[in-house]
Amino acid sequence: MTSTTPKPDEQAPRTGSERRTELLQQVRTIASVPLASVLLALIVAALIILASSVVTTGSVNFGLPLVAYGALLQGALGSPQNTILQASPLVLGGLAVGIGFKAGLFNIGGYGQFVLGATAAAGVGSALSTAPGPIAIVAALLAGMVAGAAWGFIPGALKAWTGAHEVVTTIMLNSIAGAVIAYVILGPLLAPGYSFGRTGDLGNATLPILIGPNIHLGVVLAVLAVPAVWWLLYRSTLGFEIRSVGANPSAGRYAGMRPGFLIPFTMAFSGLLFGIAGSTEILGVSYFMIPSYGTSIGFDAIAVALLGRSHPFGIAVAALLFGALRAGAGLMQIQAQIPVEIVDVIQAVILLFLAADVVVRRLFRIRAAGAIVDVKTVTRSYGGRTP
Amino acid sequence: MDQIADLLTSIPVLGVVFQLIGYLVDTVPVIAPIFVGLAAPIALGALCGIMNERSGIVNIGIEGMMLSAAFTGFLAAGLVAQAFGGGTPGPVLGVTVPILIGVAVAVVTGMLVSLLHAWLSISIRADQIISGTIINILAFGLTGYLNRLIITPNPRLGAGILQPWHPPQALVDLPVVGWLFTAFFAHGPIAISVLFAVIFLQVMLFRSRWGLRTRAVGEHPRAAETVGIDVIALRYRNVILGGIFAGLAGAYLTLEQSGSFQNGMTSGRGFIALAAVIFGRWTPLGAFGAALLFTASEALRVAIGLRPPTNELGDVLRAIPNEFYGALPYIVTIVVLVAAVGRSVAPAAVGQPYYREART
Repeated sequence: MTSTTPKPDEQAPRTGSERRTELLQQVRTIASVPLASVLLALIVAALIILASSVVTTGSVNFGLPLVAYGALLQGALGSPQNTILQASPLVLGGLAVGIGFKAGLFNIGGYGQFVLGATAAAGVGSALSTAPGPIAIVAALLAGMVAGAAWGFIPGALKAWTGAHEVVTTIMLNSIAGAVIAYVILGPLLAPGYSFGRTGDLGNATLPILIGPNIHLGVVLAVLAVPAVWWLLYRSTLGFEIRSVGANPSAGRYAGMRPGFLIPFTMAFSGLLFGIAGSTEILGVSYFMIPSYGTSIGFDAIAVALLGRSHPFGIAVAALLFGALRAGAGLMQIQAQIPVEIVDVIQAVILLFLAADVVVRRLFRIRAAGAIVDVKTVTRSYGGRTP
Repeated sequence: MDQIADLLTSIPVLGVVFQLIGYLVDTVPVIAPIFVGLAAPIALGALCGIMNERSGIVNIGIEGMMLSAAFTGFLAAGLVAQAFGGGTPGPVLGVTVPILIGVAVAVVTGMLVSLLHAWLSISIRADQIISGTIINILAFGLTGYLNRLIITPNPRLGAGILQPWHPPQALVDLPVVGWLFTAFFAHGPIAISVLFAVIFLQVMLFRSRWGLRTRAVGEHPRAAETVGIDVIALRYRNVILGGIFAGLAGAYLTLEQSGSFQNGMTSGRGFIALAAVIFGRWTPLGAFGAALLFTASEALRVAIGLRPPTNELGDVLRAIPNEFYGALPYIVTIVVLVAAVGRSVAPAAVGQPYYREART
């Protein structure tokens, strides 16, 4: 918990090299457990792949993990634009969950905020498909942001004002969101003339492709969101208040901060980021929305935020890693006949080692702080007592 | 009598309410057996949640526990049936050796996954919500992976399903008792066992030494420790035993309801179970009631499709989008949570890791 308390600037000015070694030291302290967890997870996955070779071919194929990981790397690095494209929504989602962690909030509602944002953007985008491009794009993005933020605001407000825990309410709101988008897409937003339920064509509201074959404007938004959230958290008064209330709600309240405002604000902001992720996926990648839109972004984002230790830059790195895994998984399935779902397994095992960081630290003899230190206040409030 | 009914139902606005009551009275007996069956996995999941939360462990991983049990149960039953035969349903409730083995494997899986949750939450003192999240992601990923690896190339894998019990006609013909019997017992063995499990756990939790100790550990572990209760051991035991219920819920899905496995086939039932725990105020009977209520709204949707109501009621119900009924359990849960917080609170120590050494 102490690590979230902002440190005052300690000493007199230091020289550049001193600062650099100190920064390196800090990065080592922070990154060693996550890196070790990733390494261990890759080893575990290799063992699973080995075991799979027994199931599929009847004998142990010791080369299979190497073939699989080779294909994975080739798929991820051979076409870096796919990695970036996969990482882009993960960055936004990771930031959304991470800022929640900083405020002592656990947003499992990413799915709902994402699909509602996506649906709103698809609806407004198709309605304005003939309007001038900039107007259509801005309006569609705004709609997605507002929808996501609203869906995040609800559990925030419920938590701050009634004490209903956000873990339960966001899970419930995910299912409600599924029903809402099914109704809206098969009702008011239904595009005529297709054999299946979907929203209309985007026309001018489609995000422009900026680099290469598929890097769209939304990727730029995701990249810009990293420093923006960092600034909000670590350089603004609001961010200071968010972190203080997250680290110690009572202390925050005694210091005159207002959890009654900060909690709904943070949840709405978190939902807004998921809303951007949803809208840019529709406006830049899939171009229309369907009622049964499946995505595991809500849980993937939690994994990204935890691996990135809730820090915007850490989240960016973690999102790139998971993006690379997803981008390479297809080629791996083709070349090594290893189902793409192995990526979900790797992701879960990374989290497992992060949670069981005691084990990881003992294995690697790391003397660093525990991996998941920001989440302590989340579960403590589960019993319905306001923090 | 009919005239009074006609008079009542023809009152403007209020009449629709009377029509709704009439419609429910007409249809509930017909659909009740369906929704008691649908409620079985949710109620079983909720029992798992109660075992955890009453001992002070948050469990949002019920979904993952159910999913992994559903998978391993189906796989084990299917492999045994494939190796030794056994496609024909058994004489008593369709019980065959492969299915029995499948159910046993599912239960053991539920307990093993619960052991992981217990280890992370109790020994490692990891955040319990994170632990549950990990279990959900891991279960989804592993079952998806193994499904594609083992079951997809082997599409004929399966061991059939358990068969429902048909109560003797003499019982069914009894006025109210017969209806209750059909509603609660005209199911397969796992769904039948739910009612007994609920009553058993209710009695144990509030009328036995184990129950008192469990509740003490969930409310005030330090006080429990000072009177000689081994908090760590009891929490471990309860979380692992709770896995039995999650395992049964998983077995219900693949070995009693559908006879096949699909990725993510729990489709949120574990989360509804979590809601049922809260709605039922952490009591087995309450959670069972909540599970029934939640599936009733789903059953109502089916009923409206099968036997569309007439009159103004029909217009009203048709105006309500179909999707609303699907969302109803979740909306109700949020409303209940908001209304009940302060009066119905979770066990006090829930979510807090226990340190034996002095530390608040």
